[in-house]
Amino acid sequence: MASVVCVFSSSFSVPLKEKKLMEVKLGELPSWILMRDFTPKGIAGAFQRGYYRYYNKYINVKKGSVAGISMVLAAYVLFNYCRSYKELKHERRRKYH
Amino acid sequence: MNENLFASFATPTMMGLPIVILIIMFPSILFPSPNRLINNRLISIQQWLVQLTSKQMMAIHNNKGQTWTLMLMSLILFIGSTNLLGLLPHSFTPTTQLSMNLGMAIPLWAGTVFMGFRHKTKAALAHFLPQGTPIFLIPMLVIIETISLFIQPVALAVRLTANITAGHLLMHLIGGTTLALMSISPSTALITFIILILLTILEFAVAMIQAYVFTLLVSLYLHDNT
Repeated sequence: MASVVCVFSSSFSVPLKEKKLMEVKLGELPSWILMRDFTPKGIAGAFQRGYYRYYNKYINVKKGSVAGISMVLAAYVLFNYCRSYKELKHERRRKYH
Repeated sequence: MNENLFASFATPTMMGLPIVILIIMFPSILFPSPNRLINNRLISIQQWLVQLTSKQMMAIHNNKGQTWTLMLMSLILFIGSTNLLGLLPHSFTPTTQLSMNLGMAIPLWAGTVFMGFRHKTKAALAHFLPQGTPIFLIPMLVIIETISLFIQPVALAVRLTANITAGHLLMHLIGGTTLALMSISPSTALITFIILILLTILEFAVAMIQAYVFTLLVSLYLHDNT
């Protein structure tokens, strides 16, 4: 998503739609979130951007290491834990479940 | 505990959505595709492994059989990676479901059989009767060979399902035993823990071996029929 970075911020104002997340003020946050692209194409684009951001940082480097893959596997384990939390919470050591 | 034992084999749905499709497609992300002549380290390792496996597996076939290389290589990568990912805690293994294994075994086996009947009809039919049988045994032997032919896909699927499911179940049970024994007698718990470690090593081996066996048998059926 292209963002307009203005040097003289006092004289020019950037439209809310094009600001990056770190430049959005806290009060403007709900309207900023609502202005994001929630169409299927927009969501697919977000997933694609996220995938390539991770891929180019950790996997597509000259000497990739085990850390790149193991972060993905750890996230997979976490995802599966959250998915089966409902059955797992009965297996805790508590007197009253 | 009995209900929890089999809960991990239930098809995962999240709020009614079948995310099992996402879980089946997940291993494909772990194999990036090479796009240069000399790739980065991770892709080079993957390339080397795939070339090693494909040379070993497709060496016995003739030209016609080697057209199946892509199919068999993707098969062994899929089954191997799915089984290995299933060894991570709390994860769901699609190959424990008989439906999926039958869906893999039946079309592949049927493909080899139909190919054999189409290209070498006489030789394919001749498989039903081993050489040198006494004449009065012929009808019975043809029936037996037909049955053994039709049982091949079922055996392929059930072998994979049973091995992986049994391994997962054993790990659940022994893990539960270790946990229950820790409060009663820690030394026995230590022994069961060592058994659990050995079992996990076995499971890693089984995961890869089962993938290999599945693919090897399909390639064997292919070799018979090309």
